[in-house]
Amino acid sequence: MATVPPRYLEYLIYVDPERCVGCRSCEIACAVEHSSSKELFQAVFEDPTPRPRTKVVPAAGVYVPMRCMHCDPAPCVEACPTGAMQRTEEGFVISDLEKCIGCRTCLLACPFGHPAYDFRRKVVKCDHCVDRFRAGLPPACVEACPTGALRYGRAEDILDREKIRRAADMVLGLAEAAVVYARPAEKAPKSPLASLREMYETVRWSE
Amino acid sequence: MTAAGIERGKPGSERIYERLMRTARREFYEAVSIDPTASQLLEKAEMDGAETAWHRYLAQQPQCGFGLLGVCCRNCNMGPCRIDPFGYGPQRGVCGATADTIVARNLMRMLAAGAAAHSDHARDIVEVFKGIPDGWAKDYEIKDPEKLKGIARALGLEVEGRELNDLAKEVAEIMEWEFGKPGEEPLRLVEAYAPKKRKEVWKKVGIMPRAIDREITEIMHRTHMGVDADPLTLIAQGLRCAIADGWSGSMMATLLSDVMFGTPKPLRAVANLGVLREDAVNILVHGHNPVLSMKIAEVASDPELVQMAKDLGATGGINVVGMCCTGNEVLMRLGVPIAGNMLQQELAIATGALEAVIVDYQCIMPAIVDVASCYHTKVITTEPKAHIPGAIHIEFDKANAIETARKIVRIAVENFKNRNPDRVMIPKEKSELVAGFSVEAILEALGGTLEPLAEALRTGKIKGIVGIVGCVNPKVKHDHSHVTLTKELIKRDVLIVGTGCWAIAMGKHGLLLPEAAELAGPGLKEVCKALGIPPALHMGSCVDCSRMLIALAALAEHLGVDIPDLPAAGSAPEWMSEKAVSIGSYFVASGLLVHLGTVPPVLGSKKVVEILTDKADDLVGGKFLVEPDPVKAAEAIMAHILEKRRALGWPE
Repeated sequence: MATVPPRYLEYLIYVDPERCVGCRSCEIACAVEHSSSKELFQAVFEDPTPRPRTKVVPAAGVYVPMRCMHCDPAPCVEACPTGAMQRTEEGFVISDLEKCIGCRTCLLACPFGHPAYDFRRKVVKCDHCVDRFRAGLPPACVEACPTGALRYGRAEDILDREKIRRAADMVLGLAEAAVVYARPAEKAPKSPLASLREMYETVRWSE
Repeated sequence: MTAAGIERGKPGSERIYERLMRTARREFYEAVSIDPTASQLLEKAEMDGAETAWHRYLAQQPQCGFGLLGVCCRNCNMGPCRIDPFGYGPQRGVCGATADTIVARNLMRMLAAGAAAHSDHARDIVEVFKGIPDGWAKDYEIKDPEKLKGIARALGLEVEGRELNDLAKEVAEIMEWEFGKPGEEPLRLVEAYAPKKRKEVWKKVGIMPRAIDREITEIMHRTHMGVDADPLTLIAQGLRCAIADGWSGSMMATLLSDVMFGTPKPLRAVANLGVLREDAVNILVHGHNPVLSMKIAEVASDPELVQMAKDLGATGGINVVGMCCTGNEVLMRLGVPIAGNMLQQELAIATGALEAVIVDYQCIMPAIVDVASCYHTKVITTEPKAHIPGAIHIEFDKANAIETARKIVRIAVENFKNRNPDRVMIPKEKSELVAGFSVEAILEALGGTLEPLAEALRTGKIKGIVGIVGCVNPKVKHDHSHVTLTKELIKRDVLIVGTGCWAIAMGKHGLLLPEAAELAGPGLKEVCKALGIPPALHMGSCVDCSRMLIALAALAEHLGVDIPDLPAAGSAPEWMSEKAVSIGSYFVASGLLVHLGTVPPVLGSKKVVEILTDKADDLVGGKFLVEPDPVKAAEAIMAHILEKRRALGWPE
């Protein structure tokens, strides 16, 4: 068995929609990682074409890269009638295409709308790049993110950094102490992308 | 609503789901446009398995933020590089280019492409025009000799006692040289038509254009890896290129189209998809170049072809309708009905009533071939430089224009038998309009002199003039910004002139009728009623923005001021094309405030934003104003107009 970091559960992916520019680099990296060649220039010619499991969606005025949350207990695992939806020894929820019968019960069970129904009539989903994890690498989507909207590391480290950032916001008056968690950094300078979205407020017809 | 289009192309089960979702989808159909034909035909298109730009726009969400902000560079193969707009990631490309350099380079490449498109269109017109004296363009003629003589005089040529053909040849040769003439001498048409004060400014800033192709090439050179990294000099070159487009490329396209096909005069016509007819062979001409569409419109009344249509059951004969700017060209000169603007090209096919879409170039969505495949419609491409996979290509032979046009129309007529009446749904919506306000026609309406207009401006009956130009863009509600901005401005006694897809939107919504003066403020209403003109004047296609330049120059001259002193502005409320970047820039270079209603990909660089929206004013007396909200935009434009009026000492 590959080397499994003993404290895998301490790792997490921090999703920061404020930094997501919607470039979908994570989607491409995900598809490449789940191709047979794992090389972009070859993956684009593969048949069947590899499919990204992560998806960036616009919501509430920001972009949100939607991944699998690898819940525990996971509703999809509990709903799966064949045991195709299962948990790896590291704790990641994966879908075994051999066992999947394409009933899509897991799609209904997932609270985050994550699993995708593939044209091969099977359910595919984020496997947290379990192979990369075993090799000590961050997930492909995180590695591909050019703005740090996806961050990966030990939960404690990530949250410590977050604490420092939020503390700085409070000290600098960019956020008020009492509301920092409810409405983070409301007075902070707007990102150019957020300003751009705001400009279209009265004339856009879609979300 | 957000899922629209994303699940397309899936087998049966999703279709059923979509049907269940139809009630929810109504919200989507009705949201995209203020034109009711859009919601009717979007629903029909979906049922028929066709998708539209609005579906694809949704499927493209989210659109890449690097692209939206202009901070992605693909100009060399060390890249692609992108600058992190949040400042956490890289702030320089591999070569060291900053966001400022990258944004400016990208914008200038857009401008160069736009200028290239206009000017290449002009090149095609000059080619045919020269074919008249050369003898090979036998199906074209000099229809307006007075206009030709006027051009010759402006160019400083001897006119009296000369053969028309001889004069045409000399004019054509001068114009041919505009594209690639060597040396540092300014462009001849710029010298001939731009006001003296403008030329002095351009010389002082060092942006007097030398040759059209040269300015475009220089942008491509400057934006190559490792050449110009300064956003200010890049943008200055962009302005030079834009001047070459507006005052020479686009200008010659308009001038020579008028000479060959007639200078437009006000005429009544009809707009919107309701112009299609159940009882006739419907042919849509779409694109930009009148060299083709005028001939198609001409041969459509050929008795032999009409009889052929009738024999096939089309009792109403042949109905040619226009779309986009070639539609404007035939509308302005022949009164050919106009079916709609750019975003309606797929909807027109979705009526199921089109026998053929005949296209030349620019703004033709490749997707029309896919939509057409759901119906009997044939898409016919005609230009050697614009092929679409899946279309029928019949090269338009300009030496045998009538013959080629007849061949194309015959294909359309024969296709009538394949029309399935069960799949036809033609919207009822159509509106009357008055089009054809060339500068000559405006002068005529004013009684041969600009004085009545100047007087109305001085007294404040008309507060100012705003030129609004085309494009529609699925990023914003179709036609909404055009209509709202126009209504807001005429309400404030601002006379509107305009072209392109704006003009079509106005026609569809009844604003090009003299009766629309009722919506205007008291001063403008009085002037419109006295002259019998609408408060918004249709000046033509998008290359005809050059008509606005001529009008502005004449007005400034009449008043003894420079263009930046005029209470005037330009606006592109729903722009999308690279041509619009060039148009906006030549308006700015000509000394106007130019409002943009969709945000150009520049927000990634504060410096570029500052140059475009502020510093440009110090250089050339014009600048950009970005404001998607049409009401706020009207207020900002009005503030500018009043400021200019104050400076002239005119009442507010």
